[in-house]
Amino acid sequence: MNGNPDERQLIARILAGEKDLFHDLIRPCERMVYLTVLGMMKDEAEAEDVTQEAMLKAYRALASFHAQSKFSTWLVAIALNEGRRRLRIAGRASVESLGEQGTEPEGDFTPALLTDWREIPLEALERKEVRAALVAAVEQLPAIYRQVFTLRDIEELDVRETAEVLEISANVVKVRLHRARMLLQKRLAPLLKTAQPDRRRFFWSTS
Amino acid sequence: MKLKCQHVWSYISEYIDDSVDAELRAEIEAHLEHCEICSAILDSTRNILILTADERTFTLPVGFSERLHARLAKELVTAQIDAPGS
Repeated sequence: MNGNPDERQLIARILAGEKDLFHDLIRPCERMVYLTVLGMMKDEAEAEDVTQEAMLKAYRALASFHAQSKFSTWLVAIALNEGRRRLRIAGRASVESLGEQGTEPEGDFTPALLTDWREIPLEALERKEVRAALVAAVEQLPAIYRQVFTLRDIEELDVRETAEVLEISANVVKVRLHRARMLLQKRLAPLLKTAQPDRRRFFWSTS
Repeated sequence: MKLKCQHVWSYISEYIDDSVDAELRAEIEAHLEHCEICSAILDSTRNILILTADERTFTLPVGFSERLHARLAKELVTAQIDAPGS
């Protein structure tokens, strides 16, 4: 239902023998596949290898893609299956993956309370170290939250697509996304607050 | 009905995604107007999402694409596309 015409055309040409076009087909999906797999494997080299393997599997299975979903979500689903397969073989199917069955772990998901947040200028978001802190905070999220956050907020899939890729319900997507965001807010908001303690004057003098 | 802060927090994410109904949205907005704490939580969460969507934040490892396409180029020479459903 979502397959766009360019994508469908590319796929038809690849199936007809123009195999080199596969490079163009997957290029827009590389980051999404890698980051989603990284959320599961937690190891950059392994996530990269799973991504490569998944792309090859997708090539071989291309004739089975029916454009009922987006090509990118189909590809991510293949990559997650490949990741799960490897974790199983390695005996590393973690406790976290049990959460995929629908039981949500307990935890504290209340946000950080910051009465002076509004004084922080948007310029603070431009700083490299703030971005690095966000990347580190996302890395530390439990896998089930990290996957949902990656698909919804980094790759901007909608709730339905995220649910489809992760094989969980839309409601579980919403719960996990909320918790992921609150865990990140709690971790990052205090850091942003103390990063530039003297910007109130700066703020006034320039506005 | 007046909302409590905790109640607002539990809907922050859905409020940002615009998936709360009109009545609840109005209640949350009425609360935000006079509650600095909840406004700060909303702003900080939104800012984190702005930063998340910034393409410079989450990037691929150096050389990732080159390695991926080099491997594909090598393997596509012999790789076959399976018949549908196999």
